[in-house]
Amino acid sequence: MSALPAYASTGQRVWHYTFRTICGLIFFFLIFPILVILPLSFNAQDFFTFTKEMLAFDPAGYSLKHYEDFFTNPDWQQAMRNSFAIAPVATLLATSFGTLAAIGLSQSHVPYRSAIMAVLISPMIVPLIISAAGMYFFYSRIGLQGTYVGVVLAHAALGTPFVIITVTATLVGFDRSLVRAAASLGANPVTTFFKVQMPLIVPGVVSGALFAFITSFDEVVVVLFLGSAGQKTLPWQMFTGLREQISPTILAVASLMVAISIALLTVLELLRRRSERLRGLTPS
Amino acid sequence: MTETRGASVRYENVQKSYDGETLVVKNLNLDIPPGEFLTMLGPSGSGKTTCLMMLAGFEPATHGEIFLNDSPINNVPPHKRGIGMVFQNYALFPHMSVAENLAFPLQVRGMNRADQEKKVQRALEMVELGHFGSRRPAQLSGGQQQRVAVARALVFEPELVLMDEPLGALDKQLREQMQYEIKHIHENIGVSIVYVTHDQTEALTMSDRVAVFNDGIIQQLSSPDALYENPQNSFVAQFIGENNKLSGTVTEVAGDTCAVKLDDGTMLKADAVNIDGVGSRTTISLRPERVEFDTHEQMDNLVKGRIEEMIYLGDHIRVRMNVAGNTEFIVKVRNRGEKRDLRTGQTVEIGWAAGDCKALDAVA
Repeated sequence: MSALPAYASTGQRVWHYTFRTICGLIFFFLIFPILVILPLSFNAQDFFTFTKEMLAFDPAGYSLKHYEDFFTNPDWQQAMRNSFAIAPVATLLATSFGTLAAIGLSQSHVPYRSAIMAVLISPMIVPLIISAAGMYFFYSRIGLQGTYVGVVLAHAALGTPFVIITVTATLVGFDRSLVRAAASLGANPVTTFFKVQMPLIVPGVVSGALFAFITSFDEVVVVLFLGSAGQKTLPWQMFTGLREQISPTILAVASLMVAISIALLTVLELLRRRSERLRGLTPS
Repeated sequence: MTETRGASVRYENVQKSYDGETLVVKNLNLDIPPGEFLTMLGPSGSGKTTCLMMLAGFEPATHGEIFLNDSPINNVPPHKRGIGMVFQNYALFPHMSVAENLAFPLQVRGMNRADQEKKVQRALEMVELGHFGSRRPAQLSGGQQQRVAVARALVFEPELVLMDEPLGALDKQLREQMQYEIKHIHENIGVSIVYVTHDQTEALTMSDRVAVFNDGIIQQLSSPDALYENPQNSFVAQFIGENNKLSGTVTEVAGDTCAVKLDDGTMLKADAVNIDGVGSRTTISLRPERVEFDTHEQMDNLVKGRIEEMIYLGDHIRVRMNVAGNTEFIVKVRNRGEKRDLRTGQTVEIGWAAGDCKALDAVA
């Protein structure tokens, strides 16, 4: 948004500043609820409100006790271990299947491509509660309900659409004659995939993997349906924590998860820039 | 790299259809001897690229068999054919440096690193890019990328290299320069090259033989000069170089020559190349530079025409005339510096030898 030109009329000036105000309000609306929990997580009291000491920036009003609780409480520790046991495996599955599906669906000779794509994307579109209920009945029948494998498979199904979408988007810019060139140079299809295609679509694959990871890591509905006590993840523990024993430890966990998300999104942005650089280099 | 190491190629009754109904390539028979530079020339949609893709293995032949060094290759996947290929958009791997691009075919063949480096360096020097090994393809100009693509197609010493309109994206001057370079590389290395283009100058400059494609059929297969001097049908005459068309009826055939009565009654003597006999319709093909204004009695054909337009082009003057009802009749007059009394609107006599005009199949 550049400065107003000298010839701007009064109406344009008014709109110019109104527009900026609206933009600011939207940002405030989106970010404030997240920002407010960050200082609260350092509260020295077991309250969800700002104490007088905190508002006076008195060091005595702040402490790391909620973080300490999180890192020492066996319930939270078990939940964290569960989350880190489920999310990476679900991500791995979603990324492998999603990448293969995207590559398959990008080939022009595959029949019913848009129909298959719609089915694969559907976990993203169908309301989560419906997917969760459906999975609950289906997994109960085949004995996966309440098991680690069941939760991992369900999270993989939820994460796959993100991978398909990001990889498909990357494949649009992929020059198919590179595959032919690799073949003419003597590379078999497997070598071609790992040496030529994969390095060029890896930004899309990694973005998709990050989305799949966050999907599993933040997911509470499906795990409530499908998990048993042995699969209690961080979001589930937060959910029960909120209902049963309102403890500000949740704020500490939430802050940590925000930090993880920001870290992951930073990685994403760096990868996107790298991909753009490579794309720009593609001769066409 | 000086001994001849070209492969032979043979197409036998090859047909190709993409939709199962229309044939893009109709019964192709073509023999390419080792070390030949053969160009497939034709307008877009003539089937030339399809023929190349079938040879490379990227498109299966619907019918017929392709032989490489006398062994059938229909069931050999592209990566086992050992055919080098230069693509229209170069298809260099953007995530690899130039040297890595060149080393790729050697790497997949399991060659050791020291030999790889030696070969890559030699190939880069061949295309005069010795110091560019560490650059990325995008840091090179179009012409340099083109050379890298050529070097990459040659570095693993294939016996056959295919080129699919490789110079299409370059500007005119660079294209001409690359034509000579590719020609010289072919002469030095002795590989067989099958080259696809729609640019006739390119085809005439580089090739040993040219196959002119149209409508899925090879219209004529001959050396560049024969293609220009002795076109076998109207399509070739029209497609290669500039050409004046005059339509008429054959009135007499005597050995290799015939007499043709043009539609306005003018009688011409012509070479009988592709006619059905007395009474059949024919199209006379005549090159603009073979027509003379300095006529004399011994000329086989003497015709009067009206000058419609004159364009000064430096080395020659292009005269558009109305001859026997054809208002697009072009005569090229070499600029010898003498003053010639030609004016628009003038009616003058022009003449040419019977051997310079060919009676070919009639076109509508």
